[in-house]
Amino acid sequence: MKSGGSLSIWFFTGVCLGVNGLLIFATGIYETIHPPANKVVLYNLHANIWWGAVLLVLGLFFSLRFSPARERARMSSNT
Amino acid sequence: MNPALLLFFSASTLVHLSPVDLVIIIFYFALVLAIGLHLKGQANTGEDFFMAGREMTAWVAGLAFLSANLGSLELMGWAGNSYKYGILAAHWYWIGAIPSMLFLALIMMPFYYVSKTHSVPGYLKLRFGPGSQAISSISFAFMTVLMSGINMYAMAVVMRVVLGWDLNFSILISSLTVAAYVALGGLRSAIFNEVLQFFLIWAGALLIPILGLIEAGGWDGMKAKILQNLTEQHAANPGAYTHLWSTLGNFSDNPMGINWVGIVFGLGAVIAMGYWTTDFLVVQRVLAAKDLRSAELAPIIGAAFKMCVPFIVILPGLLGLALLRDPSGHLLHLVPADVAWSPAGQAQGLHGYDEVLPLMLARYCGPGLLGLGITALIAGFMSGMAGNVSAFTTVWTYDIYATFIKKDASDEAKVRMGRWVTVIGVIISIGTAYLVMQAQSIMDYVQALFSFFIAPLFGTVILGMLWKRATPAGGWTGLLAGTLSSVGMYAWVKIDPGAVRYVALSAQAQDQAQNMFRALWCWLICVIVTVVVSYMTKPKPDSELKNVVYGLTPIPRTEHVSWFHSPLFWGAVVAVIFVILQIIFW
Repeated sequence: MKSGGSLSIWFFTGVCLGVNGLLIFATGIYETIHPPANKVVLYNLHANIWWGAVLLVLGLFFSLRFSPARERARMSSNT
Repeated sequence: MNPALLLFFSASTLVHLSPVDLVIIIFYFALVLAIGLHLKGQANTGEDFFMAGREMTAWVAGLAFLSANLGSLELMGWAGNSYKYGILAAHWYWIGAIPSMLFLALIMMPFYYVSKTHSVPGYLKLRFGPGSQAISSISFAFMTVLMSGINMYAMAVVMRVVLGWDLNFSILISSLTVAAYVALGGLRSAIFNEVLQFFLIWAGALLIPILGLIEAGGWDGMKAKILQNLTEQHAANPGAYTHLWSTLGNFSDNPMGINWVGIVFGLGAVIAMGYWTTDFLVVQRVLAAKDLRSAELAPIIGAAFKMCVPFIVILPGLLGLALLRDPSGHLLHLVPADVAWSPAGQAQGLHGYDEVLPLMLARYCGPGLLGLGITALIAGFMSGMAGNVSAFTTVWTYDIYATFIKKDASDEAKVRMGRWVTVIGVIISIGTAYLVMQAQSIMDYVQALFSFFIAPLFGTVILGMLWKRATPAGGWTGLLAGTLSSVGMYAWVKIDPGAVRYVALSAQAQDQAQNMFRALWCWLICVIVTVVVSYMTKPKPDSELKNVVYGLTPIPRTEHVSWFHSPLFWGAVVAVIFVILQIIFW
């Protein structure tokens, strides 16, 4: 769905997931190199690395698939 | 972030936020406001501001339909209820949602579409006249600002429990943000943010059940641990916490003190039908769909995801029952909120039922993930509050202001009124948030409200739609009688707790069971009074009922589509999965 302008809700969703994924993934890598003093339960699974990566990939998919440039091209081809 | 400020925010808390957590939270607030600003120019007419231009796709309308209901209240309240009542709480997601969502999609949606109403009270005006509209719109407006206040309270609790933030600070920041983005972009802005919040909620909450099941040793391991823990605590019926239906034969066999009649008829047939088909908060999202097929598919998409929500809400509550321990390694025993919040409870470090989800979040989520989890809870709060505020704004503007106060209000005046009422609604909600703090459990309180207003409203709407003999006087008196009888039964039990054996058929009935039976009785009273009064009064001629009553209304069918794109096909798929889930967790 469009906003009536050029930005789709799916683009916003992609940006949100992508930025969060990147931050969580980077934090996970940092924690692997510098393990924290107080570890959460199941720290050994490094959930922030793989979960951050999943969110980053999803975010990139939505951001690119519904990017403003691509949406504009699609709209102009429809008209 | 200034370290002194960080320390202020993080003093005496369940967890300590790292800078990356704060960045994630601040980024979310910035994005939400950016969306509101981006959409400001798209909300200049009444149709744009209140109905989002009626141009939503099925997916957007469906996710917003679900997300408007997926507030903090849902996340925390039902996680707390699953800790308190066991898997019985899942009934509120399955039989208490799926059949009624499918009913809305396949039976009622075409009908709402024909009437082209802006709201459910607006439909009552067309069918029964301004009297029923007035009762419905005023009670709805009252309920939405209360619900909005409850969401604020839930949000403040999260911030207090997890971060140690001051309640007033949390309420102020979050309410200002919601007021800003809804006032700027209207329903379109609310829907955009609801879709965004849907993804955030799943991204932030899904890790808890995954990691919890790993720690507990899978579903069987979790069940064994729950049984062991509850047996140690000498709980009645410890085995009943993991069975959905098999303990509902008798009131005394399950922790909720309810039987299958209350669940099937009170919850499934009355409360759920009332909520999902006549509560304008959720119906408004579907009315914003771009065409009839999208409007039919939207609740089905919502139902498909609704079936999955217990995974991120009910399961964490059960996992809390199995795994949570205090720092000394003893089993953690959560208590009612009023006990946890009392000075003695605070001194002992007690936690309320509704805190189980934040406790589980703190258990598994380190820096980054914790920020995302907190953001998910904030997002849940935002969607719940924005949904209530946008629905309140529409009902106030169309069904109260433009109907009773200024009948010749221009479209421009309605939009202006909508923006102001958004801000005023938020201010009233702030006041109600403080009232809610006196309630024992968040969701028990909400269910009481539903049974006051929603159950009788469903009786009036369904009779109005399906029975052309129902008269304006019948509809009005039935709705009033149903609402007053519900409030009366609630007051009766409050004054004389022994009355619960009459209202809920069992002296052992807990709050949720009482709500179910009270809803059932007040719905029956509404229907009986409507029928009796209708037979005593003169019906409207058929010519005045065209487009508002089945049988006198040509229902538009969706354009010819393949079976794969048919709402009926996907409705059947959801129904089959629903039945399978009941059998698996029987």
